[in-house]
Amino acid sequence: MTEPAIEVNDLTVAYHERPVLWDMDVRVRAGALTAIVGPNGAGKTTLIKAILGLVSPAAGRIRILGRKYREARREVAYVPQRGTVDWDFPTSVLDVVLMGTYGGLGWMRRPGRKERERAEAALEQVGMEAFAQRQISQLSGGQQQRVFLARALVQDASVYLMDEPFQGVDARTERAIVEVLRHLRERGKTVVAVHHALQTVPEYFDDVVILNVRKIAAGPVAEAFTEQHLRTAYGGRVPFLQGVAPSPPATPGVQESPDPAADRRGTFSGGA
Amino acid sequence: MTWIDVEIQLLAVVVAVSCALPGVFLVLRRMALMSDAISHSILLGIVLAFFVVEDITHPLLVVAAAATGVLTVGLVELLHRTRKVKEDAAIALVFPALFSIAVILISRYAGSVHLDLDAVLLGEIAFAPFRRLEVGGMDLGPRGLWLMGAILILNVLTILLFYKELKLCTFDAGLAAALGFSPVLVHYAFMTLVSGTAVGAFDSVGSILVVALMIAPPAAAYLLTDRLPHLLLLSGGIGAASAVVGFWLARGLDASIAGSMATMTGVTFLLALLFAPDRGVVAGVRRRARQRVEFAGEMLMIHVLNHEGGVRARVENREDHLQEHLRWSPDFARRVVRHAEREGLIIRTQGGELHLTPLGREFARHRMIH
Amino acid sequence: MTLGELLQLLLFDYTLRTVALGTAALGAVAGALGCFAVLRRQSLVGDAIAHAALPGIGLAFLLTGMRATPILVLGAAISGWIGTLFVLGIVRSSRIREDAALGIVLSVFFGLGLVILTFVQRRPTAAQAGLETFLFGQAATLLAGDVVLIVGVGAAALLLLALFWKEFKLLSFDPEFGASVGLPITRVDILLTSLLVVAIVIGLQAVGVVLMSALVVAPAAAARQWTDSLGIMVLLAAFLGALAGVGGAVISSLGGGIPTGPTIVLGASVLVGISLLFAPRRGMLAGLLRERSTRRRLAADAVLADLYALAAQHGETTEYGHPVAVLRAMQGRGGGVERALARLEARGLAREVGAGQWSVTEAGIERARNVFLPGGDE
Repeated sequence: MTEPAIEVNDLTVAYHERPVLWDMDVRVRAGALTAIVGPNGAGKTTLIKAILGLVSPAAGRIRILGRKYREARREVAYVPQRGTVDWDFPTSVLDVVLMGTYGGLGWMRRPGRKERERAEAALEQVGMEAFAQRQISQLSGGQQQRVFLARALVQDASVYLMDEPFQGVDARTERAIVEVLRHLRERGKTVVAVHHALQTVPEYFDDVVILNVRKIAAGPVAEAFTEQHLRTAYGGRVPFLQGVAPSPPATPGVQESPDPAADRRGTFSGGA
Repeated sequence: MTWIDVEIQLLAVVVAVSCALPGVFLVLRRMALMSDAISHSILLGIVLAFFVVEDITHPLLVVAAAATGVLTVGLVELLHRTRKVKEDAAIALVFPALFSIAVILISRYAGSVHLDLDAVLLGEIAFAPFRRLEVGGMDLGPRGLWLMGAILILNVLTILLFYKELKLCTFDAGLAAALGFSPVLVHYAFMTLVSGTAVGAFDSVGSILVVALMIAPPAAAYLLTDRLPHLLLLSGGIGAASAVVGFWLARGLDASIAGSMATMTGVTFLLALLFAPDRGVVAGVRRRARQRVEFAGEMLMIHVLNHEGGVRARVENREDHLQEHLRWSPDFARRVVRHAEREGLIIRTQGGELHLTPLGREFARHRMIH
Repeated sequence: MTLGELLQLLLFDYTLRTVALGTAALGAVAGALGCFAVLRRQSLVGDAIAHAALPGIGLAFLLTGMRATPILVLGAAISGWIGTLFVLGIVRSSRIREDAALGIVLSVFFGLGLVILTFVQRRPTAAQAGLETFLFGQAATLLAGDVVLIVGVGAAALLLLALFWKEFKLLSFDPEFGASVGLPITRVDILLTSLLVVAIVIGLQAVGVVLMSALVVAPAAAARQWTDSLGIMVLLAAFLGALAGVGGAVISSLGGGIPTGPTIVLGASVLVGISLLFAPRRGMLAGLLRERSTRRRLAADAVLADLYALAAQHGETTEYGHPVAVLRAMQGRGGGVERALARLEARGLAREVGAGQWSVTEAGIERARNVFLPGGDE
């Protein structure tokens, strides 16, 4: 079995004594596209932030590529929710994408020509090269999302964590993002994305983690993305159930290899 | 204590209570800094009206000043709505400009305006007893007390009469609009009240300390209670107490009365912040320490439940594993396990494995789904 | 006084030159650092810092018995700093929101400062000389030594701003992403806030605690209207701050006993007004012009659509003229049909075939098809 890209053990996160995530075990398969789904307030964003070390857990252990976040930082790229920043900030598209290179630069060092070229290449990947000098307030929602994606691409990481990359984007952007995700998978990268639209989970993702404060199910979409699990997570009111819960066939590219060391409940593992 | 002292304290209490009442809604509506903007800009209204009537005691001054206060609110909103500046910047742009004009006018025509800059910042509560209201040769007491008393009554009446509207527009402007109240109308009416109160208080405590009287007592009360009626009463009480203590502090130090009233509202707020029974910092620290063990106990049981019967249960469900995986110190892990054992939620086998009791299992299941 | 005389005074009058240099420097520093405060929606934090500085000034004097500017500025900085810590502490540890926390800190610290000042004033010693100038500011009290202090400390603050430029930018735009790439957000935040405290306290003597915050916010808000680049915004804000500083100092030193603070702030406010109205892209005037031109274009298009519809009834001929009155009736309220026709004519989309008789041109038909028919590209 290859090492998981992300390994979360016994993770509990609480805000003001109120648990947001309870005793969660998750393994994210390297080289796969994994969706995190669950109802509002289920702790999806918190899980991403805990992995990134942005919130400190009450308990548990998180390893990225076998290392602590601090040591694996350069291998991780992050796409926050689009609404978390002020898009009227006086800066250009290229400038925002360049921020993806800051982590690799030391204190006081400015991005140079090399970084600029990388940023331009990333913009090209998301189809935004024509907008490099555009002020960010002049972008549509979908274009903003693609700029954030380009910023993560510039980080040139192995693991990409995305918080609702498809939230409120136009069809063209959705296609572009899917393309980028597939391209990342081809290059052996790992992508974990918080996702809302349940109907596109089987089409876009290989694996899924269903959670609602605790983990409900996790594994290859064909196995874990079942009606029963979704009903458990969403409390019976599942927004979309079509195309869900097929009988588990062998998913191409996913070779299920039960790990005797792993707890049967919850965790999943597999080698690609 | 002389009669003058009594009159000053009486005025101080009336000013403090008048400010605290509308202040409750300012704090709840997250518009605390509007009081800062209003209390500064009213000076311009006073100065301009003075140029017209040339009498510093003329009632028009009060009206003009209150109108300037409301105008400030409107200007801030107008500027914010252009979306060229954010709301905080809009506030920080509007009132300094208006205040600057007023200060320049005062210093330019210092001879003719009976207002000096000290009075603008400090108020003249100490001199209030020397300005009497006389009707037909009969002394009715300090004029300031009458004005401020009228404002206090107006505030109390407004809040009593429009309690429902104010409450609704404060907590759910959308619902208020749906029910046919106009949140905008209520907003401006309320801001007129705030402006009028600021104008009245300005004479006594100056333009900046009004902010302390309006914001600090309600904020302190907000740490002590959740219910709006209690909030109003408590704010008034805290304001009054701060005013009296502040007066005697100023006496003791031979310093500014208004300044020490403001200081006392700050001290009261600090006391509430630290020692409020439920929401205070000290109470919070103690509660967290207690809850940490309880919370850890829940975590422990859910952990055991999750791994019960699993292949790795023998490894996961042990006290020494908790230290490693839940990041607990050996000491803390022992405390939590003891706690859970005492509550009859968990049993420990001789080999050190942890098992849930039926009660513990039910409890853990319940916690997992809330 | 003519401009030439003013310039001569500025260049050759030693006192005025000193004062102008000092206010220019503090205006520039406040303007530059104010950009970050404004962009991070902390415009009123500056107000709290400035007011919170007052007790520090009084205490510094009480403790040392000296009126030396560096000591007072140090006292102001420490107490301003404590004020911001209080705001942060209140917001973090209780349900009190930032607006109330700022209001409490600024007014209570200021009240405490006034208590200390009146206390100082009533002491028998006469050495308290003019601590009140710190309330509204008096640039005329700036001595050469004070100016050296302002320029030196201000330059150091600006140097740090330049060195940590990308960190400050990331902190202001997207702190969470910053943390994910390893930026120690809290430490960077502390550094930036400290620089803001520095920018404010060096201006207190000339501008005063009551109005100093405006010098932090106004130049930044004005500069924002002219540019979409953070770098240019900071440079421009520094320039505008310096401009307001010099202007205010000169006006107030002309006599009349006007305190400097309000003059500088009023100057800066005028700059904001001009910027809001006349800035090329974000300005209101530009917005109005844009709106009008859009409205006219739409009006012309509406008339073009009618002309095209009339032409279509006649087999899309461009020969047959239609009276203006008909077009006016088709437009409903009828306003501006002539202007719209003139506009269409200028663009070659319509022509006057006879007196008051108008027809669409070939180009007009082309455009009408593109724009109004399904599948058009607009």
